[in-house]
Amino acid sequence: MVTAIGMISGGLDSTLALRLLLDQGVRVKAVNFYTGFCITETRRRLGGRTRDGEPPRNEALRAGADCGVEVELVDLSGSGYLDVVANPRHGYGANANPCIDCRIFMMSEARRIMEREGADLVFTGEVLGQRPMSQRRPTLALIEKESGLSGRLLRPLSARLLPPTIIEQEGRIDRSRLLGISGRGRKDQIALAARLGIDDYPQPAGGCCFLTDEAFGRKFHDLMDRRAERRIERDEIILLATGRHFRLGERVKLLVGRTEGENAVLDRHAEGRWRLTTPEHLGPLALVEGEPDPEQRRLASGIVARYGKGRAHPEVRVHWSRAGEELTVAVAPLADEGVLERLRL
Amino acid sequence: MDASNLRPARTLDMSGSFCPVPIIETAKAVRALPLGEVLLVIGTDPGIESDMAAWCRATKNDLLGVARDGRVLRAWVRKRGGG
Ligand code: SF4
Repeated sequence: MVTAIGMISGGLDSTLALRLLLDQGVRVKAVNFYTGFCITETRRRLGGRTRDGEPPRNEALRAGADCGVEVELVDLSGSGYLDVVANPRHGYGANANPCIDCRIFMMSEARRIMEREGADLVFTGEVLGQRPMSQRRPTLALIEKESGLSGRLLRPLSARLLPPTIIEQEGRIDRSRLLGISGRGRKDQIALAARLGIDDYPQPAGGCCFLTDEAFGRKFHDLMDRRAERRIERDEIILLATGRHFRLGERVKLLVGRTEGENAVLDRHAEGRWRLTTPEHLGPLALVEGEPDPEQRRLASGIVARYGKGRAHPEVRVHWSRAGEELTVAVAPLADEGVLERLRL
Repeated sequence: MDASNLRPARTLDMSGSFCPVPIIETAKAVRALPLGEVLLVIGTDPGIESDMAAWCRATKNDLLGVARDGRVLRAWVRKRGGG
């Protein structure tokens, strides 16, 4: 019997790939990699809800359960992955997403699991040409080679457009029952899902993690470009994904919470940073990183005042605290949109 | 069944962690548990409820009950299948 390690996100494509192999009698162990940049985790940390008021689901677990397959959640969120994010050998996609290096990192891990489990191959739900960076033909080949999976990496949805894997050559998986889908359209997948009776799947996201988010990418590169050494910590990443960010100076940045959830996240990271509140008005919690000069203090206070309930008042008192130091800055809420936009990251 | 009377062999407190970390840790803890024993998982991520149900379904472990007390969730898992 063929045994396969399936890289499952719970999205439609990986669910279909899983079903295609299960239907051929392949024994599957599913894995889902946790990188620390997962959209569901971030949304949950910020208190997000789905349209029907529920917390966002872990789709990989749900898909595995629906297909009767065990899903092992594999934690890749250590420093090795952060190093990939900070120094990708194959560069970034449109934003802060190092998709090629990320896939190589994940598939190398999948290969180790394949070897540990004595499995025959690794499969994914990738579709040729679906994503501009990581799913072009030469890139798929590069990822396969660099992860040490040559001949052992099957993409069931596009298999007939790609060179056959060793298991297909041996006739142990019937290549004629695999598919030849390519491109960004989803018609074929949706039709196949209907045929297989799969109706519970999430809408496709722009990527599998928030490194693909445009606003996050701007903030990420702003931070990295100011570093002598390209290095990033987990907490810095969480902060980059939280709140509105304004660059007030080369080494001074303001972070303003947009929701209660974001205020709570900022509050948990206040150590070593200035913590700003408006005690006389309901308003956001904000943090200032660095050593602001008096002008930057006024600017930060004006921005924080602008996002609170005191925005219509001529003057708002903004309270600053850091490690026992306290001060109050009384300012007019910043009204000049032009200044705000110039500073916004 | 009122799971709160069960005596767990181990308690795992995942308060403050979010999906999928509580499940990753649950899997590790269940793997180390003898068959038939109960693990109590405490957490504050509201999604634990659906994740734990899906994970138990997929790994063929028993989810004996989930109780909510304010923000805190408690889930009792009996080891039957894998981890
Ligand atoms: S979208 Fe994120 S998780 Fe997916 S390959 Fe790109 S960097 Fe990796």
